[in-house]
Amino acid sequence: MGDVALSVERLTVEVGGREILHNVNLAMKLGETHVLFGPNGSGKTTLLMTIMGFPKYRVTRGRIVFQGQDIAGLPLDQRARLGIGMSFQRPPVVRGVKTRDMLAACLSEQEHEERIGQLAEKANLSDFLDREINYGCSGGEIKRSELMQLLAQRPTLTLIDEPESGVDLVNIALIGELLNSVLEKDCPIPERKCTGLIITHTGHILDYVNARTGYVMCDGVIGCEGDPHEILATIREKGYQECVKCFMRRAPSG
Amino acid sequence: MVEAKSSQANKDKARRAAVKPATFGENIDLGTYVGSADEHPYQADPSKFPARVKEQMLEAGVILDDPGQRAGTFIQMDNAAVHSSVRQEGLEVMSVSQALDKYDWLSDYWWQAVAVDTDKYTANVELNQYDGYFIRALSGCKTVYPVQACLYLAKARLAQNVHNIIIAEENSDLHIIPGCTTASDREAGLHLGVSEFYIKRGAKVTFTMIHNWNPEVAVRPRSAAIIEENGLLLSNYVLTTPVGSLQMYPTARCVGENSTVRFNSILVAAPGSSLDVGSRVILNARGAKTEIISRAITTGGSIIARGYVEGNAPDFKGHLECRGLILTGDGMIHAIPELKGTLAGIDLSHEAAVGKIAEEEVEYLMARGLSRNEATATIVRGFLRVDIEGLPPLLSAELQRAIEASEKDLM
Repeated sequence: MGDVALSVERLTVEVGGREILHNVNLAMKLGETHVLFGPNGSGKTTLLMTIMGFPKYRVTRGRIVFQGQDIAGLPLDQRARLGIGMSFQRPPVVRGVKTRDMLAACLSEQEHEERIGQLAEKANLSDFLDREINYGCSGGEIKRSELMQLLAQRPTLTLIDEPESGVDLVNIALIGELLNSVLEKDCPIPERKCTGLIITHTGHILDYVNARTGYVMCDGVIGCEGDPHEILATIREKGYQECVKCFMRRAPSG
Repeated sequence: MVEAKSSQANKDKARRAAVKPATFGENIDLGTYVGSADEHPYQADPSKFPARVKEQMLEAGVILDDPGQRAGTFIQMDNAAVHSSVRQEGLEVMSVSQALDKYDWLSDYWWQAVAVDTDKYTANVELNQYDGYFIRALSGCKTVYPVQACLYLAKARLAQNVHNIIIAEENSDLHIIPGCTTASDREAGLHLGVSEFYIKRGAKVTFTMIHNWNPEVAVRPRSAAIIEENGLLLSNYVLTTPVGSLQMYPTARCVGENSTVRFNSILVAAPGSSLDVGSRVILNARGAKTEIISRAITTGGSIIARGYVEGNAPDFKGHLECRGLILTGDGMIHAIPELKGTLAGIDLSHEAAVGKIAEEEVEYLMARGLSRNEATATIVRGFLRVDIEGLPPLLSAELQRAIEASEKDLM
């Protein structure tokens, strides 16, 4: 423990010429899981997409340091190959490309059919391997498929966008299990190498996955940082409006 | 010799249609092509064809070195039938000229599925025909391996006029791989091919056609099928190499109850290629079904992808799916799906989409570690993959091989 896996420093991001994130800072140590709360439209997904490297999200100021290297200028695929992976909230359907093909793309060349079968079984998606990726899938099936791909890809930094949205109670337990597996929660804490940043609007995922730090994002700024369960309790009791008010009180005027 | 067998009535109709333009496609000036060619000697052992010829035929799916993989072989060079052989009992493979000599009844099938006066191309085949293939599966005969038929264009500026007859007698299974190709990769030529399919009660025909022309060749196939009760036609067409001008619109008529037709087409138009390709199915019997699927990619050429399903009987079902992908800005795809129903309670549907590769999809794959080129190739490969229900694994593998060969050129 102790090594910084990811640090986001004074990050300002524009999308389509409009500034969405303003001077965002966060730091995650190796093996830690952090949670990002925030109302809809507060910039949570923008932060994840920027770290992942989607070209539409333009960094105008600040740095994204991953494993000691500023990756803000690196293309998306290079970041993926460095060890960053993402579970999308609403991934696209890619017609003709099967779930099996996506898994094969995520796996290294030495790993074969057997591994694909094992992963599909683990995610309860054996019947989906020959389906087109994300085509006609329910919310839960999409999330399981995303996590299954991450289990194949084995990133050291995992960005997870709303793992519980559109998911029923039966699915969420399995999603929690898969997420714990991606984040190596079965490993002793000092041996964990996988770091995770999870976006959650409702906080339900915290019933299944432990996290060390929570942030509340409001209007493109990280408004507060603290124990994730404590933050969630406040949000549940008082709603995001209270977070916004609290943030406004503390925000420097002008 | 074929000429003598056709009726005077057919000749008269053909003469009247000799200058009748086709409904679709650029009008080809038949006068710019030569009508006859040198004789090619008969070759009893097809493995003895020159290596270059065998290689070109192989690209069109025709294997001459390993006859064990084929139930029968027919080869026509220019206008001469140079080889025919059969390796399975219950199967007949020969030139139509031989078949017309052998079977008086064959005239009952001649121009019954395709009208001789459809256009000037069918008329020209009737008036200046030199040969074609006759493939027949006798009642109950089930081919395991496909029959291959190669129409090879060797002489420059030749008009190759062929008339083929395919008959699947009751409860037979017949798989055919017709491969068409040219000797030269740049000489002009014209291929006019009439193919008539007669699929009897309970018979099943799969027809997997791989075309391999050159940028100067004009191609006008004229095909039609008549399918009886519980019969099945599964027609797959693959064109991934450049061609000058291709226009075809094969028609299948379901005349027997519960007959089924599936057309799958994979078309790639290189710069300079002009393709006007469709599939038409007329459902005239109760319980008849059809599915037409086409995938069109342009890297600079133009594609008109047509589809037509007409239902005139109760309980039929028809679906048409036409998807186009424009890989470069110079290409054009025009999808024209048409549905016509003449009864209440019918079930006809279509899905058509033309576009470029979605950036969101490329980026999704890149987020899994694929480079931009790898992601694009994966999407194109997926687009071209059509899972063809009912296609035997051997044919499926050959089809996949032909498609994969084109991917390298696309990228």
